[in-house]
Amino acid sequence: MTFLQGIAASNGIAIAKAYRLVEPNLSFEKQTIEDADSEVSRFKEAIDKSKAELEAIRDRAQVELGADKAAIFEAHLLVLTDPELNGPIEDKIKSEKVNAEAALKDTADMFVMMFEQMDNEYMKERAADIRDVTKRVLSHLLGVQLVNPSMIAEEVIIVAEDLTPSDTAQLNRQYVLGFTTDIGGRTSHSAIMARSMEIPAVVGTKSATEDINNGDLVIVDGLKGEVHINPTPELVEEYRNIHQQYEAQKTEWAKLVNEKTVSADEHHVELAANIGTPNDLKGVIENGGEGVGLYRTEFLYMGRDQLPTEEEQFESYKAVLEGMKGKPVVVRTLDIGGDKELPYLQLPKELNPFLGFRAIRLCLEEQDIFRTQLRALLRASSYGNLKVMFPMIATLDEFREAKAILEDEKQKLISAGQKVSDSIELGIMVEIPSTAVLADQFAKEVDFFSIGTNDLIQYTMAADRMNQRVSYLYQPYSPSILRLVKMVIDAAHAEGKWAGMCGEMAGDETAIPLLLGLGLDEFSMSATSILKARSQIKKLSKAEMEKLATEVLNMQTTSQVIEAVNAVTK
Amino acid sequence: MAEKQFKVTADTGIHARPATLLVQTASKFDSEINLEYKGKKVNLKSIMGVMSLGIGQGADISISAEGSDNEEALRSLEELLKKEGLAE
Repeated sequence: MTFLQGIAASNGIAIAKAYRLVEPNLSFEKQTIEDADSEVSRFKEAIDKSKAELEAIRDRAQVELGADKAAIFEAHLLVLTDPELNGPIEDKIKSEKVNAEAALKDTADMFVMMFEQMDNEYMKERAADIRDVTKRVLSHLLGVQLVNPSMIAEEVIIVAEDLTPSDTAQLNRQYVLGFTTDIGGRTSHSAIMARSMEIPAVVGTKSATEDINNGDLVIVDGLKGEVHINPTPELVEEYRNIHQQYEAQKTEWAKLVNEKTVSADEHHVELAANIGTPNDLKGVIENGGEGVGLYRTEFLYMGRDQLPTEEEQFESYKAVLEGMKGKPVVVRTLDIGGDKELPYLQLPKELNPFLGFRAIRLCLEEQDIFRTQLRALLRASSYGNLKVMFPMIATLDEFREAKAILEDEKQKLISAGQKVSDSIELGIMVEIPSTAVLADQFAKEVDFFSIGTNDLIQYTMAADRMNQRVSYLYQPYSPSILRLVKMVIDAAHAEGKWAGMCGEMAGDETAIPLLLGLGLDEFSMSATSILKARSQIKKLSKAEMEKLATEVLNMQTTSQVIEAVNAVTK
Repeated sequence: MAEKQFKVTADTGIHARPATLLVQTASKFDSEINLEYKGKKVNLKSIMGVMSLGIGQGADISISAEGSDNEEALRSLEELLKKEGLAE
């Protein structure tokens, strides 16, 4: 029995067999062969097996993910049976008397190189298709099994180095009970996905892929961030009990679904959800979200070959606005750049992407992209309660320019006879220290603030949140961060505006008492955190939390703040 | 041998889905089928061949078929190009 400590990324307990999402070893040696004919038939056999496997994956993808996502496997099938690829491979086996593995690799590499050298991003990506297909054929030649996450048909816990968006898209929610990864933190993609899929996850274990074998029994404790490998029957029993208690607590929280969020002394705050696609709405409603506090529109632009059309965007925005039935929906305009790339925009690589050409900076420059999104939003505005916010605003000039573009598109739509809501609130994300410091001036012109803590903390501390070695500087409870948060909230209230928060911090058990005390109006978090937060706030007195907040603002270190919060709330 | 010229009208040109459809259709026939663009000729049954041409909107292309079912093949391909709004 082994134990790993990682970072609790998504609540809950999962007990199941491990499924390693790790690439098998595909190395081989180039050899001279005697019997070319039997080598060619060995190659053809590998092609047939790969074909059967790909067809099964395609059919599965069609059912689970839709024809759109299955199209990629259709293309893979064509590459697999391409006469211009297979012909030369067979010729090479016969004329050079080399083994099929070497003939395949050499020929495929030539094509990969040819596509990579093309001066078109789309073509360059086709090189990846050829590599994928080659890997599959190679695995059959070598008799090893490639991982096919979309083919999982029993309850498992996924073990991986990290999970990319395309990995998670292939996972079948019915069978994936939880997952654990070597790298990542609470704000990494894998963690966010786990919370939106509502499955327990522990990330950043450093060695999960090294220590866990396929089929090992694994316990993922997403409450404490622990992973137990091949546990004793006693421990399994213990965890079954913890799991039951957790489920019972969730049932208890579920009673709060239709209640307002009020503190013990009757102060109302709004608990909203962060979403990425219209599919996430189900979770928002089931968890009693009072609105959507952050709709990340990037997902509309990611995992595809070209920009989404105005119509596609309009349909998504409309679906979310209608789905929320008049409750507020805060849509963040495109926030691309930083760790989120769009290959088809062909933006040059930057030395410091988090400090570079991203979000509103890109939108103000590439106005076609920005205007298309704004038109889609404006057209959707009459279907619900839309609020629009701009990300990464650093100066008032940026906000004014973005607002002018929005007004311009609005007037054009109205003159063309389009119905547009006349009560769209316009706000900004506060995630750059310069904006937090100047919040009193911004508050005169914006309708609301939403504090993006993940970035605000990394920019204030000058610590890359993707860099594990400086992760100790990710300190949401630092008095410096809390002072910035207070400046923003006070500035909003002085002008009769509201202030929300849509970073991880808004759903954090230790931060919630402080944020309530600082006067935050709206807390936007993962949908699965809402009921727990509501139950917590019900037990807190706002007046007492105000006192606590005033005290901690004058403390010196993060640990003092945590101690003070624990002393009052536990 | 049967041969016909087309002008590509699809704004994305001939890659991704259009290329897949063309190759799938061509592969149904026994005839040898070639696609020519800018003096370069490739096997229309090869997805990599087709994509390597990088055919964009407005391109003049020519499709030729040789074999027992050449006329039928060319007819099917023409139908596909028009039905999908790829070329005329």
